[in-house]
Amino acid sequence: MTNSIEEIEGADCILIIGSNTSIAHPLIATRVSRAKARGAKLIVADPRKIPIILQSDLHLQQNLGTDVALINGLMHIILKKGWQDQVFIDERTENIEALKKVVENYPPEKVSEITGIPVADLEKAAEYYAKAERASILYTMGITQHTTGVDNVKSLANLAMLTGNLGKESTGINPLRGQNNVQGACDMGGLPNVYTGYQAVIDQAVRQKFEEAWGARLPDKIGLTATEMFPAVLDGKMKALIILGENPVVSDADCLHVEKALKAIDFLLVIDIFKTPTSDLAHVVLPGAAFAEKEGTFSNTERRVQLLRKAVEPPGESKPDWQIIQELSSRFGYPMDYASPRAIMEEIAKLTPSYGGITYDRLQGDGLQWPCPNTEHPGTKFLHQGRFTRGKGLFSAIEYKPAAEIADEEYPFQLTTGRVHVHYHTGTMTRNSPSLEREISECFLEMHPEDAVELKVADGDWVVIASRRGAVSSRVKLTDAAGRKTVFMPFHFLESRANILTNPAFDPIAKIPEYKVCAVKIQKMDPSDKSILSSASAH
Amino acid sequence: MEFKTVLTSCPYCGCGCGLLLEVLDGKLVGTLPSKTSPVNHGKLCVKGWTVHEFVTSPNRLTKPMVRKGDTLQESSWDDALNLAATRLKEIKEKYGSDSIGVLTSAKCTNEENYVLQKFARAAIGTNNIDHCARL
Repeated sequence: MTNSIEEIEGADCILIIGSNTSIAHPLIATRVSRAKARGAKLIVADPRKIPIILQSDLHLQQNLGTDVALINGLMHIILKKGWQDQVFIDERTENIEALKKVVENYPPEKVSEITGIPVADLEKAAEYYAKAERASILYTMGITQHTTGVDNVKSLANLAMLTGNLGKESTGINPLRGQNNVQGACDMGGLPNVYTGYQAVIDQAVRQKFEEAWGARLPDKIGLTATEMFPAVLDGKMKALIILGENPVVSDADCLHVEKALKAIDFLLVIDIFKTPTSDLAHVVLPGAAFAEKEGTFSNTERRVQLLRKAVEPPGESKPDWQIIQELSSRFGYPMDYASPRAIMEEIAKLTPSYGGITYDRLQGDGLQWPCPNTEHPGTKFLHQGRFTRGKGLFSAIEYKPAAEIADEEYPFQLTTGRVHVHYHTGTMTRNSPSLEREISECFLEMHPEDAVELKVADGDWVVIASRRGAVSSRVKLTDAAGRKTVFMPFHFLESRANILTNPAFDPIAKIPEYKVCAVKIQKMDPSDKSILSSASAH
Repeated sequence: MEFKTVLTSCPYCGCGCGLLLEVLDGKLVGTLPSKTSPVNHGKLCVKGWTVHEFVTSPNRLTKPMVRKGDTLQESSWDDALNLAATRLKEIKEKYGSDSIGVLTSAKCTNEENYVLQKFARAAIGTNNIDHCARL
């Protein structure tokens, strides 16, 4: 997030786009409620009627994968009405002319046709957002999990810069991160192109610093992303994988493909706290410790580094993952001998400018938000005050491109995926929590009642959902949450793996798959007859 | 009976709510929201309130396992770690560093992510390291 969670309360307008906030980030949704109570305007842009629209002033129900057209349309109106922040544009940005040229081609009527949003609502949304003193954007995977994910994010950056909503309190572009420590895993260099703190592996001076600190020659070539690794296994280029606490057999797009790759690989090592469909394919499985059984730090979505404290001992012979990794490393021939997570953080702080001032002693209270370059620094509540990292903020002129897979005659429905309130990702944790599993224990496919009439299915009936990649079965839940021919499925359930269906086509820059749009066909199913399913899955 | 609460951070979403784990005689028995956390101000969602349940699940992995034919069988730490290190070394020697990939975890700590990427880069010698940020 460019800004902090508490600042959401102070916004005068909040635009939530591609985020099912009250389901996926409940405690951030409470801040939105408080802002509303203060009189803030709330715009929710989402293809489904998600719970938070009950609090909204305006729900923009865009067609799947049309976010760039929507955002360009809002900027078109803002520029036509002269609601842009000219002082901010002049002083802090560049390339506005290129943006204006592209946005000119997105008049409300055309945008309404692409997105399905009425012109009057587009105008109202542009007015609420642009006229607010402080406007904040919240987004999640509904924006990023597209073949145009980078375009979508850059478009939001354009909108925020055009109206001067960056670099000050209660504004910003705020991705709500989905995993407790996905921010930290990125910060720590768990990415193929950067070391800790986003220091590039191709930068020679940086590489030299790490070579000296680690006493090893380091590779200068950018590595493969997760989405590239599984195809590399099937191509015979990748022979071994180490997977720590992930479950790609359920979580990855086109997951039958992932399963095939993991069955073919020479060696698979999995470290996890539970047996998963991924660990079932491993050659060696090592039992890790859960969050309650070890020390360390997590970095949350507002860049706040917080302490994890040990409450109980790990069960049986399981042990903290950092110990497992260093024992493996030592046996591999590269000795590691950290006494504690605290000692590891001391090394991180030395090598990472944005974590330079982070020490366990300083984290005892509320934690610290990076950038925190030295031990005197109080941490950073919001980014980009006065200047952007690159100097001036760069407007990107972006044209709308449709999703990679559009519904057609053979696959007439569009499927989108997401979460439910009681489950989390592939369910490894929540489905092992009896209270949560009791609430929702099986998958469902949300379908518009009028589509159900055509397919002759009733609420609770079983259907087979098939895409070009495979098929799954699920019960149907009738709702008008999404428009006609748009269906929704959560991806938590191994029994009805939504990701068998999803499209692995990915964004050319971020390499993120298009989980949020794929084309499917749906057929009523006799639940006693699984033959249709197995033949489709074998595809 | 000995009871204590331990202030820590929730392992579910990116909010990073503060919570107090309730420990009775060395066993995790419940979860309470932290009233002093800058994130959640004494509130938790339904997943947060029940976070102790998965930790104490009888389905947790408790022993290393190695594959013998079609099944995974329990093993000692020594055997499992030696097998993993040996196989990885063999593959590195035969096919090169870039024939190995590493998926680190958005559910693990900063320190664990740091040591795993260090292992990938300095020990194996590859930048093939990523995690589920895209998923």
